[in-house]
Amino acid sequence: MDSDMETEKITCDLAMSRRDLLKVGAASVATATASAGSMGQTAVPPPAGTVPSAKVSFEVNGQAHALDVDTRTTLLDALREHLHLTGTKKGCDHGQCGACTVIVDGRRINSCLTLAVMHEGATVTTVEGLGAPGRLHPMQAAFVKHDGYQCGYCTPGQICSAVGVLDEVRRGIPSHVSADLTARPLLSAEELRERMSGNICRCGAYSNIVDAITEVAGSRT
Amino acid sequence: MKPFTYERARTPADAAASVARNPNAKFIAGGTNLLDLMKLQIEAPVHLVDVNGLALDKIEPTTDGGLRIGALVRNTDLAADDRVRRDYGVLSRALLAGASGQLRNKATTAGNLLQRTRCAYFYDTDQPCNKRQPGSGCGALQGISRQHAVVGSSSACIATHPSDMAIAMRVLDANVETVKPDGHTRVIPIADFHRLPGDTPQIETALERDELITAVTLPRPAGGTQVYRKVRDRASYAFALISVAAIVQRDGSGKVAVGGVAHKPWRVEAADAALPQGAKAAAARLLAGAQPTPHNAFKLPLVERTLGAVLIQAKA
Repeated sequence: MDSDMETEKITCDLAMSRRDLLKVGAASVATATASAGSMGQTAVPPPAGTVPSAKVSFEVNGQAHALDVDTRTTLLDALREHLHLTGTKKGCDHGQCGACTVIVDGRRINSCLTLAVMHEGATVTTVEGLGAPGRLHPMQAAFVKHDGYQCGYCTPGQICSAVGVLDEVRRGIPSHVSADLTARPLLSAEELRERMSGNICRCGAYSNIVDAITEVAGSRT
Repeated sequence: MKPFTYERARTPADAAASVARNPNAKFIAGGTNLLDLMKLQIEAPVHLVDVNGLALDKIEPTTDGGLRIGALVRNTDLAADDRVRRDYGVLSRALLAGASGQLRNKATTAGNLLQRTRCAYFYDTDQPCNKRQPGSGCGALQGISRQHAVVGSSSACIATHPSDMAIAMRVLDANVETVKPDGHTRVIPIADFHRLPGDTPQIETALERDELITAVTLPRPAGGTQVYRKVRDRASYAFALISVAAIVQRDGSGKVAVGGVAHKPWRVEAADAALPQGAKAAAARLLAGAQPTPHNAFKLPLVERTLGAVLIQAKA
C-alpha cells in the first residue's frame, strides 16, 4: 500500500523531454527548475532527469502546512507520505473503494483522485482531525459501539464519508433513492445505504455501519 | 503517472492559450476521470492547466427563461439546485444515478460531458484499442462485449459513452458554450457535441484541442413528467447497461434519449414522434439498424421494456 512514487521517479524518462527541451532553450531550463505552480506562469517542459515540483499550502486538521511536492503527488500521498497522517488509507487508488475519503472545504472527496497542488488554501479534515482516543467524534464512537468494521482498513474512509453524508442530508441534497426530488431527504436505512455506496467494506460490516450512522443521525435531529 | 508541469489558469482564454502552446497539455478540473487515466498511463499529458480557479461555478438564469450552468459547477450542486430539481428533474435524477457521493462532490459539468469510455479494452494497455492507440484494432469486437454499443458503432470501435448526465442533457436539448485562445466563443448543440466513432474513435467530441467549455445552457423548462431510469448490475455505484431519459407531456407526446447503447447519447427524432404510440414503436425507431454482438443483444429488448416502464411511470 506504500506510495510507488520512488518507482515513478526512477522511471520518469519524459516522453517529451529531449526534443522539447532543445526547443525551449537554456533560459527556460533555469526557470523550469523552480516550482511550476505559480499563478499564470508560462509552462516550461522540465529538463531530463528532473521531476517537476510545485508549492502548495493548505490546512490539515487545523494545522497549516506548506509543501513543495512532485506535481504527481495526490492529496492522499501528501497526507500519508509527506505529513505522515496515515489514518487515511490507500485502497484501490482509483476512486472506486472510498478508503481514502477525506473532507475538503466541508465536502467528502476521494483524496486519491485529486492532486495535492490543486488544493492551495484548502481546509482538509482527516480521520485524525475528527477525534482521537479519549475525545472521539460521535461518529467514531458509534462505529466502535456498533462494531461497524471487522479488519478496520476501510473504517477511516467510512467514518469521514458518513460525517459528509449527514451534512449532505442536513443541507437537503437529494439522492438516487429520494422519492420526491423537491422534499427534504429522509434519514432511512435505504438513503444511508445509497449515500454510502462509494465506500466498500470487504468484511461486509454494512449493516453495523448503517446502525452506527443512524444513531448519530438520530441524536442530531 | 508520467511527470507533468502544472499551472493555475487566470482566465478561460488564458487557459485555452496555455493548452494551445503546449502540444501535450490538458485542462484539469475535477480530475476524477483524468487522474485515473493518468495513473494507468492511458492519458499522459506533459502539462496540466488547472481551471478550478476560473469563476465558472455559477448557475444563472438566461434571458430566454433557461439556465446557464457554469462548466465548473459540481455534479452534487447541479443535482441539488432548486431550479434544476423543480424544472429539469430528469437532469437531477441522471446526476444522482451516477458515480458516488464523493465523486459527485468533485466532478464538474463540463468534465462529465468529456468522460472517456469505460470499455475494458480501452483501459487495458495490453489490449488493442483504436481509441487509445489509433490503428491498433478493437479488442472488444471479438472480446467480451456485454457493456458495449448496439447502435451507431463501427468496425473500429464499439465503446459506449459512460455519462448519465449527458443523456439528460441530450433529452433537454442543452447547448455547450466554449472559448478559444483568442477569446472567440461558440455554441455547440449537444446533439453535435459527441461524435460517432466511425474510423476515428479517438476523436470523441466536436471540441478543438485548445477549446475550453465555459458553460452548458438549458432552454426554458419543457414541463411534462421527467424520468431517468437506469438499469445496471448493482443497485448503486455502477455504470449503466442501458438508461432511458424521457420528458413526457400530458397528451403522450415527448422526447426520449437512451444511454449505454452508443458512442454518444442516443436520440432519434422519429422515436420522439412515435412516443404516443408506445414503447414498442418508439424503441423500434431508436434501435433501427442496431448491430448488437451476441453478448449485448439483450440490450435491445431491455431498452424497449425500460422505456415501457418509464412511460407507465410518467403517466402514473
